[in-house]
Amino acid sequence: MVRNFLIGLVLASIGFIFFNLYNTYEPKTELNGIAAHYAAKGAEEIGAANIVTAIVVTYRGFDTMGEVTILFLTASIIGFFLKLSKKDEAKKIIHHGTSELLITSAQILVPIIFLFGVYVFMNGHLTPGGGFQGGAIIASGVALLIMANPNRQINHHAILWIESISGVSFVILGLLGIFLAGGFLDNRFLSLGTFGDLFSAGAIPLIYSFIGLKVGAEISNILNKYQKSQKES
Amino acid sequence: MALFIGVLVLAMAIIAILNKKLSIAVIAAGVVSLFASVLYLLMAAPDVAMTEAAIGSGLSTLIFFYVLNKIKRYNG
Repeated sequence: MVRNFLIGLVLASIGFIFFNLYNTYEPKTELNGIAAHYAAKGAEEIGAANIVTAIVVTYRGFDTMGEVTILFLTASIIGFFLKLSKKDEAKKIIHHGTSELLITSAQILVPIIFLFGVYVFMNGHLTPGGGFQGGAIIASGVALLIMANPNRQINHHAILWIESISGVSFVILGLLGIFLAGGFLDNRFLSLGTFGDLFSAGAIPLIYSFIGLKVGAEISNILNKYQKSQKES
Repeated sequence: MALFIGVLVLAMAIIAILNKKLSIAVIAAGVVSLFASVLYLLMAAPDVAMTEAAIGSGLSTLIFFYVLNKIKRYNG
C-alpha cells in the first residue's frame, strides 16, 4: 500500500515537472547564435550538402571522436567480461537448426546489406546517414550471418585490424587538419570540390569512411562476443 | 498520424513492462524503437531514424535474446 502510494507520488511529481516544461515551452521562430551561423555558412565553409554531417564531423568533430572512444571502451569491457576459457572455446553452440528461409535470404541479402552500409557512410556528406549509421547497418548484416549459422566463425583478427587501423587513421586525419588547415579535424586540407559531388567537402568522406569501418567492426566484435558466450552449456 | 504512432509507442512500452513472458517483452521493446524511428522520420530527422532503426530495434533486440537464452540455461 505504502509502496504503491510512493510510486504514485513519484509519477505524479515527474508528470508535474514535465507538464510545467510543456506549458511554458514556446517554439523559437528563428535560429539563435551559433545555430544560425551553421545554417547560413555551413555549406559554404565545409562544402557538405548534409548540414548535420558538417556539424557532426567538422564543427563538433571532437565530440564524435569521444563517441567513437566510448563505443571502443564498451566493446573492450564486454570483451573483458565475456572472455571464455580455452575449454569452453572449443565447444559448439547447441541449437535446433535454422530455417531454410533464413539461410537462403542471408546468402542473398548480406552482400546487399554490406553494400548499403558502405553507401550510407560514403555518402554521409550528401544524403542522410553517416559513419555511425553505416557501421550499424554493416553490423546488422553480420548479425544476419550469425543468425543463419549460429556456429559461424567470424575472423577475429580481421575485425581487430580493421578497427585499429581505421581508429588510428581517423586521429591522423584530425592531426593533419591542425598542420595543414585551421584546427583539429578541419576538413579543408583537401580541396572542397564541387558542392554535391561524391568527392567533395574536403576530408569528410575519408573521415566518415574510417568512422563507419570502426563502428561496424566494434559492433560486430560485440555481437561476436555475445555469440561465443552461448557456447558453454 | 504522429499522434497515432505516439499512442502505439506508449501501448508497446506498457506491454514491454507488464508482460510476464520475457521474450514478448523484448520484442515489444524492439517494436517501440521501430515506431520511434518512424516518428523521427515524420519529424524530419532521418539521421536519427536510421540509427534508431539499426541499433534500437535490430541489434539491441538480438543482444537481449542472447542474454535471455543464457539466463534460461543457467536457471535450468
